[in-house]
Amino acid sequence: MNKLFSFIKKRYLIIVPILLLIFVAQIERYSELTSSGTFGAALRLSIPICLAGVGAIYSERCGIVNIGLEGMMVMGTWFGAWAGWFYGPWYGLLAGLLGGALFGLIHAIGTITFQVDHIVSGVAINILAAGVARFLSVVAYADVPAGGATQSPRVDERIDKISIPYLSGGKINQSETADVFRSLEELDLFLISDLFGLLGGLTRNISYFSILAVLLVPISFWILWSTNFGLQLRSVGEYPVGSESVGVNVYLMKYIGVTISGAFAGLAGAYLVIESAGIYREGQTGGRGFIGLAAMIFGNWKPLGTFLGSSLFGYADSLQLRSEESVHGLLIIIVSVLFIVGIRSMINKNLRTGLISLIFSGLFLFWFLNSSTIPNEFVFFTPHITTLIVLSFASQRLRMPKFIGRAYKKGELT
Amino acid sequence: MKIRIRILSILAPIIALFTAVLICSAILNFIDRDPVETFRSMFEYGTSGKSIVSIINRSVPLYISAVAVAVGFKMGLFNIGVEGQYLLGALLAAAFGSYFALPPAFHILFILFVASLSSGLWAGIAGYLKVKKGIHEVISTIMLNYIGTGIIAYLLAQVFFEKDENDSLKVPQTNYLPESGQIPPLNNLLGIEDLPNLHGFVIGAIFIGIFYYWLIWKTSLGYDLRATGSNPIAAKFSGADPAKMVILAMLISGAIAGMVGMSGLTGYYHRYTIDFTSGLGFVGIGVALLGRNHPIGMALGAILISFLERSSQILDLKDVPKEIERIMQGIIILFVVIGYEIVRRYVLTSQIKEASKEVLNE
Repeated sequence: MNKLFSFIKKRYLIIVPILLLIFVAQIERYSELTSSGTFGAALRLSIPICLAGVGAIYSERCGIVNIGLEGMMVMGTWFGAWAGWFYGPWYGLLAGLLGGALFGLIHAIGTITFQVDHIVSGVAINILAAGVARFLSVVAYADVPAGGATQSPRVDERIDKISIPYLSGGKINQSETADVFRSLEELDLFLISDLFGLLGGLTRNISYFSILAVLLVPISFWILWSTNFGLQLRSVGEYPVGSESVGVNVYLMKYIGVTISGAFAGLAGAYLVIESAGIYREGQTGGRGFIGLAAMIFGNWKPLGTFLGSSLFGYADSLQLRSEESVHGLLIIIVSVLFIVGIRSMINKNLRTGLISLIFSGLFLFWFLNSSTIPNEFVFFTPHITTLIVLSFASQRLRMPKFIGRAYKKGELT
Repeated sequence: MKIRIRILSILAPIIALFTAVLICSAILNFIDRDPVETFRSMFEYGTSGKSIVSIINRSVPLYISAVAVAVGFKMGLFNIGVEGQYLLGALLAAAFGSYFALPPAFHILFILFVASLSSGLWAGIAGYLKVKKGIHEVISTIMLNYIGTGIIAYLLAQVFFEKDENDSLKVPQTNYLPESGQIPPLNNLLGIEDLPNLHGFVIGAIFIGIFYYWLIWKTSLGYDLRATGSNPIAAKFSGADPAKMVILAMLISGAIAGMVGMSGLTGYYHRYTIDFTSGLGFVGIGVALLGRNHPIGMALGAILISFLERSSQILDLKDVPKEIERIMQGIIILFVVIGYEIVRRYVLTSQIKEASKEVLNE
């Protein structure tokens, strides 16, 4: 019991909002907050962010900042759509991966061989990728009626989806089975239906692409933390001179890391096209590459944390897509978190922070009580503002790779 | 030595331009178009009188946008959010500027002030988040871009909208600026009445360029900025407070970004609509990289990019995809960045060599 109490005391900033979320979700008009549909959409929306974030780990762990993720993701969407439309979805997946990897390689050449500032090179990659995507569309879809300069024809075929038999209504030998999770969700019991909403959403109608993407998280963890290759790759981002001295090929490791990161971003782009939209559209990535980077920072440069971070953003995104009413319910959670922070700061004699938090808490409460919906235009940036809020709580206790963002030249540093 | 560095620095963009032309020629060849004919017609169209005016008009906001980015670059701060900053500033300036009329010069100054202030404060949020919360400015400025877009859409639809004739529908645009808030074109002054309008804000851009030069190279604040950019630790010990520097640089960068939309607002649109020119912030980053944060270099970069954008318009008539210009832009920027880095490395090693030679001779 004592242990539980100290756990709650330590993590109350996470536990209290989750409990509040469940409470708020009991109200009829906010019920979408914890429905299986929302969680299912959240999973689908968080996967591209997660893929980009895990890709960023490969690059940042070997010391290269990768702002070019967004551009590599754009390449993934373009090649994913083109090959998906031409050959089929699995080829689209592969083409997206290769397209992203190609731009990852360009970033590697720029930052490793020519030692350009990483962010400058990344920005240049993003500009180039946007141009290349536009040009390729014009050339490739010139005679295709459904395509054009800013969009591709529809990718008709989809990658197969499965559900778990008996638990979430999957099929065995072509015959339907029971959907236990759905029945439990529909019981409308406090906590139970919310929990099974979550489980149902995560197990119903999941495509093989999603399964592959989620599996890449533990696989990446295993590669980076349990293999010799991973150790070498991470050492290069921490102390390259030391790695060099024990015979690690620093340049090669960095090249591999950045190219893999591009491949992940390309995969994320392909996912957006093949699983979510079914079509390539200009500007489709909508900053998800950057949000992936934010998810990685939130996850402290580790795969599992990145996955959690991206699911948070995916959840915010799915709410804004599925139910604008529910986003209104989130206001009460902001109010309460600000209130807790304010009180805690007051107790810690940090009067200014406390006062500001309490005032904002009051303002949000006022807004919550005096409105029934949040304007459309605000709902649109829910994931982006979530990114900022989450990072401002998380940023202080993070540790990034030591040698990140710096140029390494053999024999120059001692 | 110094002259050699100058020549090398100028050589880098020229080589980048040639490489871009070469690569694009190869691409054009690949899709069965004649590269020589393509570039010839681009050059011909881009150097006609009408095009030159349009190129200058386009380079004005691009240049200002590049200067805004460069203020951050000079101290190693990446303000990727110029896009959102200038759009928000332009909207607020258009909205407040259209409420009343003032004497002409004052009215224009008021509009510019509102734009600068709002863009500067918006950028300041990113500075605050970096200093107080440790969020990297690239992430925060990009997120602020999206948030800004949403806020603009909201303000335009719900707050600053215009009623249509029947007073029933809300049209998402601000009222027109009164005459006193408009900057007249320069055509009469220069005696080029037969050409399209040359926006008067060209003068503003020149002024901003001079201000930038003065600020970065002639003031102690500029010295601190540059010092923080090249060696943060040394700068800290020389008395520059890094936290203060970050917030100041962000505020200044944002305030300059506020000027980006002003040539369009005061010289052409005279109000903010959903068609207001967007995307200038992102291209501005490229121009800053091209011009290597130098006031004249960025001007040349802005003119080059505008020239490419304008001259590629003719390609539609020649059955060549005009998007080839987008690729050219990307390649030029990528190669120029690499070129500058090579030059920098070369200069550094030759300086070390020369210094050690002198030491040995003594």
